[in-house]
Amino acid sequence: MSRIEDRFTELVAHGRTGLIPFITAGDPLPQAMVPLMHALVAAGADLIELGVPFSDPMADGPVIQHSSERAVARGVGLPQILEWVKAFRQRDARTPIVLMSYMNPLEIRGVAAFAEMAVAAGVDGVLLVDCPIEEWAEVAPMREQGVQQILLAAPTTTPQRMVKICSAAAGFLYYVSFAGITGADRVSLDAVRAGVAQARQQAKVPVAVGFGIRDAAMAQAIGEFADAVVIGSALVEHLAGETDEAGVCAAAHAFLAPIRIALDARRK
Amino acid sequence: MSTSSSSADAALDFASFPDRHGHFGAYGGSFVAETLAVPLAELTAAYDRLRVDPDFLAEFERDLRFYVGRPSPIYHAQRLSQEIGGAQILLKREDLNHTGAHKINNTIGQALVARSMGKRRIIAETGAGQHGVATATVCARFGLDCVVYMGATDIERQKINVYRMKLLGAQVVPVTSGSQTLKDALNEAMRDWVTNVADTFYIIGTVAGPSPYPRMVRDFNAVVGREARAQMLEHYGRLPDVITACVGGGSNAIGLFHAFLNDAQVRIVGAEAAGEGIASGHHAASLAAGRPGVLHGNRTYVLCDDNGQITETHSISAGLDYPGVGPEHAFLKDAGRASYVGVTDEEALGAFHRLARTEGILAALESSHAVAQAIKLAQELPKDRLVLCNLSGRGDKDVHTIAAREGITL
Repeated sequence: MSRIEDRFTELVAHGRTGLIPFITAGDPLPQAMVPLMHALVAAGADLIELGVPFSDPMADGPVIQHSSERAVARGVGLPQILEWVKAFRQRDARTPIVLMSYMNPLEIRGVAAFAEMAVAAGVDGVLLVDCPIEEWAEVAPMREQGVQQILLAAPTTTPQRMVKICSAAAGFLYYVSFAGITGADRVSLDAVRAGVAQARQQAKVPVAVGFGIRDAAMAQAIGEFADAVVIGSALVEHLAGETDEAGVCAAAHAFLAPIRIALDARRK
Repeated sequence: MSTSSSSADAALDFASFPDRHGHFGAYGGSFVAETLAVPLAELTAAYDRLRVDPDFLAEFERDLRFYVGRPSPIYHAQRLSQEIGGAQILLKREDLNHTGAHKINNTIGQALVARSMGKRRIIAETGAGQHGVATATVCARFGLDCVVYMGATDIERQKINVYRMKLLGAQVVPVTSGSQTLKDALNEAMRDWVTNVADTFYIIGTVAGPSPYPRMVRDFNAVVGREARAQMLEHYGRLPDVITACVGGGSNAIGLFHAFLNDAQVRIVGAEAAGEGIASGHHAASLAAGRPGVLHGNRTYVLCDDNGQITETHSISAGLDYPGVGPEHAFLKDAGRASYVGVTDEEALGAFHRLARTEGILAALESSHAVAQAIKLAQELPKDRLVLCNLSGRGDKDVHTIAAREGITL
């Protein structure tokens, strides 16, 4: 069993909806990354998505673009990110960590070499934004090393394609709530509910929903039918501008804790 | 992935690439967000139907002939050749096309595909503005809505083309993310496309992007090489010894090269922008100085640092100022079928002036890189050899840039 599977098994046992915060590695404060990750867990995070900054984030909206630009400007790259994961693991052996990345930062190191470093650091999964199932074979060395590849499904995914994706999915399936970029205000609850229902017919893994989930009310509404919710842009925006470790951790807690409470108020 | 090099293999059918998943050997493919996977599959299906549809092909041919003004001639640059004293330089005059460059070949083709798919809204990215103008032109011609993304830095540098696009009815959207140049305009166009994918068609301007774009854009520009090959046989009774073209994304180059790929006796040389010199770090020579990576939906040579961050590029020519290159060029480089060399800003400017003075032709700064390379090649060859150079665009758009560089106030 992987850490991701263990975590979802626990969530199901307690009737809870998973809470997955996304933060950009190295933003807002590189020196506060490890305390920030612990603060997210303390506020109720079940799994952490750590964004690998990239100079050309084609699938991201302005909030994560700018966050990524700030991290790139500070020279944040995979070696440093994996050091943070390793440091986090010294105090937390149970919270799964999924890296969210574009292909190029991995490709440049070599997929196999990256995977070896990632496993050693304590990374559980990788979600590759620009690696659809067609290019699945390109990252086989990563899966062979034991890094779970988190696959995505979207409103444009056809039923036949959903079968293919679900048969390959590991850890959880990430359902993109609308056709668009991260952080956009385009969530239609009915459409997402229908999309998740369609994914569930095929998926053998839990289904998490992300893109455009901004607050506790929306998280709670989506939590009614999803196994987990991912919150990225709204959190990144909330943390931006914090200038010291205490401030970042307090801001993270203030943002995430009410969402945790809202999700737990509706146990399944 | 494997990026093993091998020497040119006579048995290999270079014209048969890509495979059905858009792979040119180790390069190409479709590295996009899940949301775009199905729309790209629909585009591939539509294009594969149209590319063998006689009505579609006839309409494309008709527009190339009566709207673009094809075929473009091959012109023997005699005074330039004499001055150099080496091989004869022949120019494929894509600069004589409507809108002044090869770009229109592709935008007409893609606009016809868009219309056939029932998409009424067109988006495009542009660097120097040439592809933006060519897209705005065909949108006016076909009555389609047109939105062009352009880096804020480029908008400042290319005011005349911005105004041309507006005159043609296009909306020009400034892009202020990243380095605010062509690569960021491409990112922003992709973001628009993923958001408005149901009614929007993305006309990519070069042989990059996810599959099927590198193949489709190549096919629409391949008319350049098909014409050139037939013209060579008709007027000179033989094929050229060397062909050359400038390579940014590489659409004019692949357009010329493709018809000659299986003519093993024809040497193929691409001219990349070496800017202030490759050693200076200020250049855009992805093939000469980059490494395999993934950018804008395909695997190809990219300029990036050890963290995989795409680095900023430099070229006097905005159209070559791009940190990637079409995947087919990456493939041809590794296969040894084509070679790619750097041409500096200074060399391109020198060639610009030399061509202007000896032949009365103002070449685009992009194309001036190819002319500079043709001059170098001609210098090394005897007088009875033929060097065919793609003069991909005219230089009117660059007059202000050249004047400013030379300290002249207009």
